[in-house]
Amino acid sequence: MSKRKLISVLFLWLCYISAAVTVLLILGLVFTVFIRGREMLTVEILTGIPSFLKGTIGILPNILNTVYIVVLTLGIALPLGVGTAIYLNEYRRAGITVRIIEFAVDILAGVPSIIYGLVGLLVFVTSLGLGTSIISGALTMAFVVLPGIVRTSLEALKSVPAGYRDGAFALGTGRWHTTRTVVLPSALNGVLAGAILSVGRIIGESAALIFTAGVADKMLNIFEIFSPNNSGSTLTVALYIYAKERGDFDMAFTIALVLVLLSFVLNLSARALFKIGRVKT
Amino acid sequence: MRFVDKERAFRVLLFLCAIVTVAFVGVIIIYLFVAGIPAIKEIGLRDFLFGTEWRPESQTPQFGILPFILTSVYGTVGAILLGVPLGVLCAVFIAKIAPRSIRSMLKTTVELLAGIPSVVFGLIGMTVLVPFVQRVFNLPSGANLFSSIIVLSVMILPSVVNVSENALRSVPKEYELGSLALGANRVETALRVSMPAAKSGIAASIVLGVGRSIGETMAVMMVSGNVANMPSLFKSVRYLTTAVSGEMSYSSGLHRKALFSIALVLLLFLLIINLSFKLLIRQDKK
Repeated sequence: MSKRKLISVLFLWLCYISAAVTVLLILGLVFTVFIRGREMLTVEILTGIPSFLKGTIGILPNILNTVYIVVLTLGIALPLGVGTAIYLNEYRRAGITVRIIEFAVDILAGVPSIIYGLVGLLVFVTSLGLGTSIISGALTMAFVVLPGIVRTSLEALKSVPAGYRDGAFALGTGRWHTTRTVVLPSALNGVLAGAILSVGRIIGESAALIFTAGVADKMLNIFEIFSPNNSGSTLTVALYIYAKERGDFDMAFTIALVLVLLSFVLNLSARALFKIGRVKT
Repeated sequence: MRFVDKERAFRVLLFLCAIVTVAFVGVIIIYLFVAGIPAIKEIGLRDFLFGTEWRPESQTPQFGILPFILTSVYGTVGAILLGVPLGVLCAVFIAKIAPRSIRSMLKTTVELLAGIPSVVFGLIGMTVLVPFVQRVFNLPSGANLFSSIIVLSVMILPSVVNVSENALRSVPKEYELGSLALGANRVETALRVSMPAAKSGIAASIVLGVGRSIGETMAVMMVSGNVANMPSLFKSVRYLTTAVSGEMSYSSGLHRKALFSIALVLLLFLLIINLSFKLLIRQDKK
């Protein structure tokens, strides 16, 4: 075999092997989680409340805390992020302001979540006196997902053809009216997909939440969510506590399975939305 | 409300959104500097950055974070050495070699990997990898730098594959057709034409991987052993990120301030990486 052919064959095989290793790693990971998490994943666990006194176990408080934090975080970050994106794309196309904001968003995007957790601890938990609570966690997570929301919304807005806007302006309407009635409806899918990706990010986050939302397992009612010093752990934080602090790996794998299933569903729906958005425009 | 008033109101409202977003960044950076600088002043920049002993609770407390810095650097370099070749070759396979049907299946699988929370990687690392490493290398504990490098290299895979694959796919078709027309085969074209043409995208994927592995906290916390040793492949180690998260809950006084200083060092690392990422992208556009 010539040297030339040898290199080709070798490189081809390296590619095959790399792809195979990657796929095997992923499948191995997912299967491990499925096999070890499947046995304990029952309705009782999903709807149970852990209590030493009653001897019950369950992850309902963690599921609810996750939902609370997702809803609150999106309630804060979505209007802010989409608003910023609209301002950047519809009101100021170029100029120094846009450059500064875009730069700020880029910087924010690369900051690791432990740093957000620390700033959340300093700002919300300590300075604002909110204590470790769901609301501190949600405010911190708003920091975390904001750059992503701004970015995906910007992309979605940019993909709306300029002709749509020109048409609306030619009919004599204003910027905001055009944005609300013409631009936003056509960019909606992209914006939604961005929101879904953020939900994934919030559900998967742990480092930013452990110091801000805390590690408690008790059930919180609607009022306790908004009041300071009522800590509550999300699924990821609970997984960490079960695995690292309590050594309860069965419970940890059960939560891991719930998390993996959730992330798959979210990922697939975000992809579907992106696809629909692309076909339409 | 009159039409013009409404228009004006929303203009102001949207401007405020943008301002708040920028203020967020400002708050993060200002708070970290304000909280991080006092301890560095007290300890001394030299002793802080280059001290090899981290003993915050002892009689004569010492706050040297060199072990953490080196661990983060070694861990990241290790993860890049393992993860990038694997990821880039996988990207070449997906973009240039795989048939269409396998391609989309592979892409979906890799994207699913990207969505898995980091604590799940940590859990698998803890229950599967750590005991395995302990047995194979006959160690007292498998929670060490080596295990954390493996976990990190898997965690950076999705971003490396995705970004490299996008870069490879956006290489102009003419380049490849030209190469094929000159008699190079498909593999040679991928190796000699597509990969060099996509090199800044591939470099960007590496920078992304560096950022991700330097910033990773919880997964590393679960597999690295979390002891403030100077790094060595089979010793328990502590990263910059885990140094912050591990002691945050019970620290006080100068110790706590020093943790904020560590976060500041981490942020500066990340800013440098992000800026180089932006420069790379800009070069690409030129």
